Amino acid sequence: MAYHRFDAVIVGAGGAGLMAAIQMAGQANIAVVSKLYPPRSHTGAAQGGISAALGNTEEDHWEWHMFDTVKGGDYLVDQDAAEVLAREAVDAVLELEHMGLPFNRTPEGKIDQRRFGGHTRNFGEAPVRRACFAADRTGHMIIQTLYQQGIKHKVNFFDEHHLLDVLFTEDGQACGVVTIDIATGEIHVLHAKAIMIATGGYGRAWSVTSNAHAGTGDGVAIPWRKGIVPLMDMEFYQFHPTGLYKLGVLLSEAARGEGGILRNSTGEAFCERYAPTLKDLAPRDMVSRFIYEEVREGRGIDGKDYVHLDLTHLPPEVIDAKLPDVTDFARTYLRVEPKTEPVPIQPTAHYAMGGLPTDVDGRVIKDRDANPIPGFYSAGESACVSVHGANRLGTNSLVDLVVFGRRAGKHMLNYVREADLQPLPANPEDVARAAVSDLLSRDKGENAADIRSELQVMMMEKVGVVRTETGLKEALAEIGDLKSRYANVAIQDKGKRFNTDLLEAHELGCLLDCAEATAFGALMRTESRGGHYRSDFEARDDVNWLAHTLAYYSPNGIEIDKKPVTITKFEPKERKY
Amino acid sequence: MEVTFRIKRFNPEIDTKAAYKEYVVDVEPTDRVLDALFRIKWYQDGSLTFRRSCAHGICGSDAMRINGRNRLACKELMLDYGNKITIEPLLGYQVVKDLVIDMTRFFDAYKSVSPFLIADEAPVNRERLQSPADRDRFEDTTKCILCAACTTACPITWTTDQFVGPAAIVNAHRFIFDSRDQGAGIRLKVLNERSGVWRCRTVFNCTEACPRDIEITKAIEEVKRALLFDKVS
Repeated sequence: MAYHRFDAVIVGAGGAGLMAAIQMAGQANIAVVSKLYPPRSHTGAAQGGISAALGNTEEDHWEWHMFDTVKGGDYLVDQDAAEVLAREAVDAVLELEHMGLPFNRTPEGKIDQRRFGGHTRNFGEAPVRRACFAADRTGHMIIQTLYQQGIKHKVNFFDEHHLLDVLFTEDGQACGVVTIDIATGEIHVLHAKAIMIATGGYGRAWSVTSNAHAGTGDGVAIPWRKGIVPLMDMEFYQFHPTGLYKLGVLLSEAARGEGGILRNSTGEAFCERYAPTLKDLAPRDMVSRFIYEEVREGRGIDGKDYVHLDLTHLPPEVIDAKLPDVTDFARTYLRVEPKTEPVPIQPTAHYAMGGLPTDVDGRVIKDRDANPIPGFYSAGESACVSVHGANRLGTNSLVDLVVFGRRAGKHMLNYVREADLQPLPANPEDVARAAVSDLLSRDKGENAADIRSELQVMMMEKVGVVRTETGLKEALAEIGDLKSRYANVAIQDKGKRFNTDLLEAHELGCLLDCAEATAFGALMRTESRGGHYRSDFEARDDVNWLAHTLAYYSPNGIEIDKKPVTITKFEPKERKY
Repeated sequence: MEVTFRIKRFNPEIDTKAAYKEYVVDVEPTDRVLDALFRIKWYQDGSLTFRRSCAHGICGSDAMRINGRNRLACKELMLDYGNKITIEPLLGYQVVKDLVIDMTRFFDAYKSVSPFLIADEAPVNRERLQSPADRDRFEDTTKCILCAACTTACPITWTTDQFVGPAAIVNAHRFIFDSRDQGAGIRLKVLNERSGVWRCRTVFNCTEACPRDIEITKAIEEVKRALLFDKVS
């Protein structure tokens, strides 16, 4: 076992983790742990843009951005947090530009901006150009730029270290993490005053997903299992309307922002029927449901479960300049030429609105009164501030990770200057070591791949775009069965060196926990709101459910508490576009 | 369709030398090569080891030699490969296990060219201005995903560890030709050394290997011209 001591350890080297690290580099002794190389993090897959009310191409105000975020989230957004998001987005985008991010430019040389779903001028009047972008690889440019800054600031990276455990003192302060060095199989204990989880989402719990294979919710599941940390609003999981048919590979909303139109089997531009003002640029949860409805009524293409994204009317030079990557995905994987043919698409599991509950400084909180867990931080998709409420608007994930990654980093820096290093629990690596030895112990048993694939197919069917009580109860029973089978998993590779057989099995355990929390929250919430749609409770129910759910793990089952939503400027209204 | 995969396997923990192992897999023609590798790993041989993450060609994890050419396994479809396919690790770097290579030298070379913006204080409360034409000047080299397909396709990398390699030069180019950057001199000095651009023999292997279609050889030649004429344009 190797032992290291730091002021702070950041787990996850995507946008949020790196943004936090850059705030602290050179001023505190920090380490950034990633199970990948940092530039391989899934922030790099974000395409369309990062919103900020710069007003570079038309009038815009942060209050409009805040309103759109609140309304887009179906009023489950904490409005104090949404205000921070919308105000600080402006600074955050400028900071990225100052770090060197190569945004597209207007003729005057300013950062160019384009339209995106749910972003409007003057509180819902019409679409507004708010998304700052670098072609359709904005996330790629963000992750590259932040990694470059990490190198510049000599951040101490633990590349290809896989998280096995998060350590807390007996009185519940975060004090370390346990990792396995993938290349050697050696266990490392990283002892620190503050721990930040920035491990992203868990889209791999579904069979059709835009998420990377690495998106398995490790940092969310591992502390949750200890029963100290609740998970908030896990039932809110976003399906992005335009994933490549069968593959789930994301085709950015930017395609519709630039004028792309969704069409059913009759060629009808059906979004117009459901959302007369914003049409194809209605928020994602709604457009995914429009597609579901078209398919259910038999207007999917060839009677199947997909529709067309039509870009054929766009000037070819716009496609080449502004949508080069997404159109390349259609060519590579479906052998479809988007300039002349419509692209088959279907909703794809995309983004967790829920996660570790935090305040606006990235501190993980443990109860409805927002009491923080000392030394424990999270930001980005693994966290739930909540700025996305029941449904995240396009581009706001990138805003979230830059704004709240930065705030968490700044807060942690002050915290580690004041706080004392807490002693580690006795034998800190025991839980991690036991988990590894257990997975290695059986020569015969269940195949992890079978369990994973059954989970993914079941989640798509029963914890997807549309949910019912019956389906969710079945889902929970099936997850229970899968967990029992998981306890008997056998892996073939017994070696120490780069054992991805072992680590994939470990990731599956995390996915099962995240899936269970999601299905449980979805069963409890007897209403429809944002990304959570119950066909047996079709209306939003503000009397009983204008509240966050906090799900606590216990060996006897999940317990749910409610946390009030913070409302400041905008009273909940019916959401129409 | 049934496909025979011939995969170069090597686990230094137990093997004394690398050996090819064959697997027969049933795949859909539209499956990615990566999907087929998963099928082998999940249902035939769990010890088969490779890196992977995004599975759609943007994270750069799964570069490998597929029928002798450096490719991302997640960007290749089985229908383009017939019923026999050979998979090997990238050349030029040490093998950690099977298709996983040691990336230390690759990232060290990348770091050696100061791959970050070097510029004066930024203006307050607004962005630096840059014309669309100035922005376009370095568009191509911003696409790099650091997958190492180019550097490990380069015959110079195969013969010496004294060459920074195409990927590092691409990332230097991205800043040298950025109108906002003032660190060209620092990077050009590094690239003017014996381990720099002059070792490039213009064989175009890197350009052919790039999964992002970056015109790497052109970028390298532009850096050479900047050195020869002492001018960045």
